[in-house]
Amino acid sequence: MATIHTFPDSDVKLTVDHVSAYYGKTKAIKDVSFQVPTNAATAIIGPSGCGKSTLIRCLNRMHEVTPDARAEGKVLLDGVNIYTRDPSEVRYRIGMVFQKPNPFPTMSIYKNVCAGLRLNGVRNRGVLDEAVIRALKQAALWDEVKEQIHRPGAHLSGGQQQRLCIARALAVQPEVLLMDEPCSALDPIATAKIEQLIRDLKGQYTIVIVTHNMQQAARVADYTAFMYLGELVEFGPTAAMFETPKETLTEQYLTGRFG
Amino acid sequence: MIPSPPTPRPRRRPGLRRALEWVFAGGTGALAVLSALVFVAILAVMVHNSYPTILHYGPGFITGTVWDPVTDVYTGAYPFILGTLVTSAIALLLGVPISLGIAIFLSERVRGWIATTAAAGVELLAAIPSVVYGLWAFVVLVPFMRTSVEPALHTWLGGVPGLGTLFPATHSGTDVLTAGIILSVMLIPTVSAVSRESMAQVPGAQREAALALGATHWETTRTAVLPYARTGILGAIILGLGRALGETMAVLMTIGNSDAVPTSLFSQGQSIASAIANEFTNASPKEASALVEAAVLLMGITVLVNVIARLMVRGLFRAPEVRA
Amino acid sequence: MPGTVSIRRRVTDWTTYVLCLACVVFAIGILVIIVSSSVQHALPAFQGSGVGLFTRAEPLPCSYAPGGIPCNDFGGIEPVLEGTFYLMVLASAIAIPIGVLAGVFLSEYGRNPLGRTLSFLVDVLAGVPSIVVGLFIFSVVLWWQPTIVYSVISGGLALAVIMLPVVVRTTEESLKLVPQSTREAALALGIPRYRSILQIILPNGAGALVTGALLAVARAGGESAPLLLLELQPRIGFTGWTHSIVPIPLLVYLWGFTEPNANWQADAWAAAVTLIGIMLALSLCARFLLKRRLPGSGM
Repeated sequence: MATIHTFPDSDVKLTVDHVSAYYGKTKAIKDVSFQVPTNAATAIIGPSGCGKSTLIRCLNRMHEVTPDARAEGKVLLDGVNIYTRDPSEVRYRIGMVFQKPNPFPTMSIYKNVCAGLRLNGVRNRGVLDEAVIRALKQAALWDEVKEQIHRPGAHLSGGQQQRLCIARALAVQPEVLLMDEPCSALDPIATAKIEQLIRDLKGQYTIVIVTHNMQQAARVADYTAFMYLGELVEFGPTAAMFETPKETLTEQYLTGRFG
Repeated sequence: MIPSPPTPRPRRRPGLRRALEWVFAGGTGALAVLSALVFVAILAVMVHNSYPTILHYGPGFITGTVWDPVTDVYTGAYPFILGTLVTSAIALLLGVPISLGIAIFLSERVRGWIATTAAAGVELLAAIPSVVYGLWAFVVLVPFMRTSVEPALHTWLGGVPGLGTLFPATHSGTDVLTAGIILSVMLIPTVSAVSRESMAQVPGAQREAALALGATHWETTRTAVLPYARTGILGAIILGLGRALGETMAVLMTIGNSDAVPTSLFSQGQSIASAIANEFTNASPKEASALVEAAVLLMGITVLVNVIARLMVRGLFRAPEVRA
Repeated sequence: MPGTVSIRRRVTDWTTYVLCLACVVFAIGILVIIVSSSVQHALPAFQGSGVGLFTRAEPLPCSYAPGGIPCNDFGGIEPVLEGTFYLMVLASAIAIPIGVLAGVFLSEYGRNPLGRTLSFLVDVLAGVPSIVVGLFIFSVVLWWQPTIVYSVISGGLALAVIMLPVVVRTTEESLKLVPQSTREAALALGIPRYRSILQIILPNGAGALVTGALLAVARAGGESAPLLLLELQPRIGFTGWTHSIVPIPLLVYLWGFTEPNANWQADAWAAAVTLIGIMLALSLCARFLLKRRLPGSGM
């Protein structure tokens, strides 16, 4: 029995409706349902293997890119099921940042950031310039790279590369930003910068972040979902859930009974 | 917080985009299928064109020994098959030990710039086109064989019972032996390079284990490296065999071009490939059909050999690991 | 005494070292011998015609008999340089686009049993002897359009068949090296799959693709066996796509092996040396590119 907080309809951006996901025959996510509120940060936490990465990849139809993987159920973006729309269009509106920074290796910083716009048909140099500067500023990277935006992105540090990937995702102005353990490959200082970034962005974007670090969830997220073995155990406001968890499993996880 | 203007939406409509996806996938897929079908087409056309001969001679084609364009009688391709096999066998016998020696030397006995420079040098042998090998063999190697090597071989080994029949008194230089020799040189870059790669894949830990037990370099190579890399090395050898079987120009220019069954190492002969090159242009329809059947035979053997070689080099039959 | 290496073992070690070294010396020695021998035989032609070797047409037929035209004109091999060019342009124009796109399919859409089978068949094609390819093209063109059996077109087709597996293989392998994370990054931005392949993945592997093309050209450029069947000799020089043609390797055979005139033979050696030079240049370019990993789109 799960405890799921709900929202008034006007506050909901994404609705996850009885979603299950499979890798071949293995059921990685079992009948998960919850709502993601607009312009807030929602964290998904849980032990290794609980399905949190799989779940977030279902939110922008990246899950099906893996061979032999499929999903059931509905994910509603502003009331429309993304599984009935063109996947490219869905991914244009729901952006993603990955665990390991993956800037395009042969492109300059500039070209990396505007890649999403350019390859979707935007050609106007002025529009692209403006989008790149705005995105880099939003990602708190502009000051560090403004002298060298036409140099390759591979020379940047890990933390800078991840912020580059965030800028790239923000340049297309998605409605939702999904982040799959964005800090796990980074050092503490870079992590702190990105956490600050999330706090700054969440008033403007709907953010969903997967993290294996519950303190991080406590620091950045307004709402948290706790998953265990493919099932959603509890979902609610972060502060309340961490102080007084309603499910036993949640309490056990939060107090460190299992990893 | 930086306010942002409305996002430019992607231009193309989803329907058009989906269509383009299918066109792209379908188009490239069609070309991939086309590329794959070329081989099938070659096989089909060759079999079709030689069908009358296949039906007429049956399996006797492999053992029939008469190939006479003058009287237009062809009972079988045995002379060419034997020529192909003998030249390839000589090529392997001479070329493989040298290639292995090179591979061992460059992989196990030297390091650094010496190894890379020498390796580059050996690879340059592969850059020489086969027709140049053939011309050089014809102008330089053949006279050398005729005046120096073959008389010597006849003197030393001609008297040996049994073996001696391979080295008779008449020697012209253009014979299966010379063809085999130039083929062996042409094998060296391939067999040595692939063997080297196989040896390079042996983990350093294996070598260190042997050295730490007090083994000499050679003993290390013999006990730790070669057994581990043996599938890859075997694959390299078979790959070399595949190249030797299909080689045309160098053989054409050194083998003497006789349609009779070679009886000694100094006999003139033909390989299947050289026979096709020599005879096809002026062949009667009967001979042409027979040549195409021989081509099918050659293609079958070469393809089979190549497939086996690639499987071995890819490591499908790996050497078993020892679990402590 | 345990722990010491006996004399016998040391001698064995040293002997094997020397034997292996001898093998390397032999191989490099043969290389030096062949190249220097070729240069030596080509020297009269280089001396006789100088740079004209590459600009003039074939020499006048001469005779050693008294009263005939003396054999001191070496002419040139310009017609076959032309011939090689046209042949290789046609073969490349067919094989490279088809091969690259086929390789793209096999790498991006073909990681399944069907794709693996297709890839295997392309590999098998690489093992077919070139003379058999010549035979195949001869039969097909004879059936389809007998008048062009001996032509640039048929020769180009044969060389294209020889080049195709090399291009497909190198394209497929190099695209497979592009990390999956790059593909995911592109898809997550809402970029349609075909665009991500064309504009992100393909440029990423551009260097290896060019290398593959160079290797394929080198492979086909040295071929002469299929052309024995597909070109009417001794007419050389380009007179039209539907007419016969003789590229450099075929000339080496014709004038080196079948031609009695000594000066024509020297020309054949000159052609051989030129051919070795071209092959070397292509090899070095390919190796240089592989090391530099030519970047794709970007700057």
